[in-house]
Amino acid sequence: MISIGAQQFKLLEKLCNALAVSGDESEVRKIVLEEVKPFADEVKVDALGSVLVTKKGSGKNRLRVMLDAHMDEVGFMIISDDGNGFYRFEIIGSIDVRHLAGKQVIVGKDHLPGVIGTPPIHLVHDTSGKIELSSLSIDLGSSGKAKVGEYATFATKFKRVGASIFSKAIDDRIGIAILIELLKHAPSNIDLCLAFSVQEEIGLRGAKVAAHYFNPDLAIAVDSTPARDLPSQNDEENVSYNTKLGLGPAIYIANSSTIDDPRLVRFLEETAVKEKIPYQFRQPGGGGTDAGSIQRARAGVPVVSVSVPHRYTHSPISIARVDDWKNTFNLLHSALKRITPAALR
Amino acid sequence: MTDILPFLKSLISVSGISAYETPVANLIEAKWKPLVDETSRSRLGSLHGLKRGSGKSPRSSVLIATHMDAIGLMVTQITDGFLHITEIGGIDPRVLPGTPVVVHASGGDLPAVIVMPPANLLPDGEGKKTIALKYLLVDTGLSAREVSKRVAIGDLVAFNTEPVEMSGENVSGHTLDNRASVAALTICLEELQFKSHLWDVWAVATTQEEVTLGGAKTSAFQIKPSIAIAVDVTFGRSPGVNDWESFPLGKGPTLGIGANMHPFLHKRFAELAEKLEIPFAVEAMPASSSTDAETLQLAADGIPTMVLSIPLRYMHTPVEMVALKDIQRAGRLLAEFAASLQADFFEKIVWDVS
Repeated sequence: MISIGAQQFKLLEKLCNALAVSGDESEVRKIVLEEVKPFADEVKVDALGSVLVTKKGSGKNRLRVMLDAHMDEVGFMIISDDGNGFYRFEIIGSIDVRHLAGKQVIVGKDHLPGVIGTPPIHLVHDTSGKIELSSLSIDLGSSGKAKVGEYATFATKFKRVGASIFSKAIDDRIGIAILIELLKHAPSNIDLCLAFSVQEEIGLRGAKVAAHYFNPDLAIAVDSTPARDLPSQNDEENVSYNTKLGLGPAIYIANSSTIDDPRLVRFLEETAVKEKIPYQFRQPGGGGTDAGSIQRARAGVPVVSVSVPHRYTHSPISIARVDDWKNTFNLLHSALKRITPAALR
Repeated sequence: MTDILPFLKSLISVSGISAYETPVANLIEAKWKPLVDETSRSRLGSLHGLKRGSGKSPRSSVLIATHMDAIGLMVTQITDGFLHITEIGGIDPRVLPGTPVVVHASGGDLPAVIVMPPANLLPDGEGKKTIALKYLLVDTGLSAREVSKRVAIGDLVAFNTEPVEMSGENVSGHTLDNRASVAALTICLEELQFKSHLWDVWAVATTQEEVTLGGAKTSAFQIKPSIAIAVDVTFGRSPGVNDWESFPLGKGPTLGIGANMHPFLHKRFAELAEKLEIPFAVEAMPASSSTDAETLQLAADGIPTMVLSIPLRYMHTPVEMVALKDIQRAGRLLAEFAASLQADFFEKIVWDVS
């Protein structure tokens, strides 16, 4: 079993603090390219900006296994400049507007500091209504300059807190970190095809063409999924928590984008049991991963998704557990090492 | 002009929620000690710094009050490791979800975040709109077992956004209300090192302004100054705030006019600012100024009082913003005012100021 050390933390911190909103993933792409080049047989940046990495195995009957994690995060785009340092913005991906007022943001390639302010409570007579996006602006200070079309995201800095990680964009930088680590420990029984894909948050777009390019025998989407394991504040038990922190990697069975291939679901479960790695099934339900677009690429690809659970998705600060990260890596690593064409029979 | 930015940043990085001001009081006292002749604390925890005047005893005195307490939150209940909270001072629940906080737990400070529970875990209808404060939770990232060991009901929860230097010499962060004014008063004391002043100057960092104005009321009674000045923040112009109820950042402090302010003091401040070419705006504060001036004025037999304010955007949110220039101007104006007080100024205060 591989454990998470200082080097892995440093990389995840760098990935999480990067600004890479769907549509311009350059900052994360740069980090990924630096990390993968020494270990890859082929590296390609495709027409949409995804990084596609191949590491060939040796021996006969090798499966082509595609692993996918998305580089993009939800965020904002500047859509107008009022000339006084206030900028209107649009949301990219799904962010609950109730997470916006009173937050620090970073804008553009230089990470200009900005804040999303709101009129003071002293001047607001009714605080029961939501603060709508149309009434919010990013304030860059009196001489701050941004351009229409520039991207922005929450300014949260990665922090390790005991057994937990506090950060923005854990979805899906933790998946990116896992894929990089898997490349560094690539098993030789397979051809490993890694898609560091773009535009997941706006419709699983990068993975679609990445799967076409790789033409894999099977694929695993490595993502991060919400844990809604909070106490109930009504009279009903919390029965739709999706996942819980600390219970290990979340193996998918079905969501809005795919019904995961039952053979691969079983294979991952067997691997976890055999290797004594904690795991949980993500409660079947809504949501989606890149597996949805990979499954229906070319003549079809058997897919399954595995996620590191995190709380407070698409908010300024998400929380994940270090052990879930470690166990997700180890489940995937163990699965890749033992996979053969028999898994698909 | 000294660079006030490092001190301002340290002021908004130290805790001091209403009635629990000791950490910030200690920081201010350390800064003021070399600038005043003596320091002391009031029974309610306000910090008093006395800089003696050069006039003949008994001297008149001016009390300059800047409240040092911050709004914040307090733990009311712990459920499965999640903390329920209530407010200390006025907080808009709509800015809380996703806000970084620190729990001042008895077993040490814990970084945490205020979170919005999913709708299915709340009573019907409560999850679709603004989530009321009573349903918001604080997550420390620790296990329920650790939380129960470390956190207790009554522990304080404070905003934890880091201070940020913005373009145009603006600073953003939490608790600039009213640490920006504490910084201005500090500049005033620094400037007074190089000026002679006949009156005693009492620099007072008051407690509990955000809840009861109790610190200013009791300090004014104890000190019984001849006149008093409250320095606070006012609404800075920003989207969604009307022009007539706000003031632009970087264009100088405001001078209050209204029932809490003695018109003679207002006039003196305005004349002085004009003479010194310090830009300012007149701020109408009908009936109440919502500052320490309300109780300073009512202390003992009554005290002629004035209010000076620094424009600040997004008041009581974790991302308040001020212009450093306005802090410096407020500090300079206070120092010039204190130095301008003649021995017989108090006797000259009149009601008809035309």
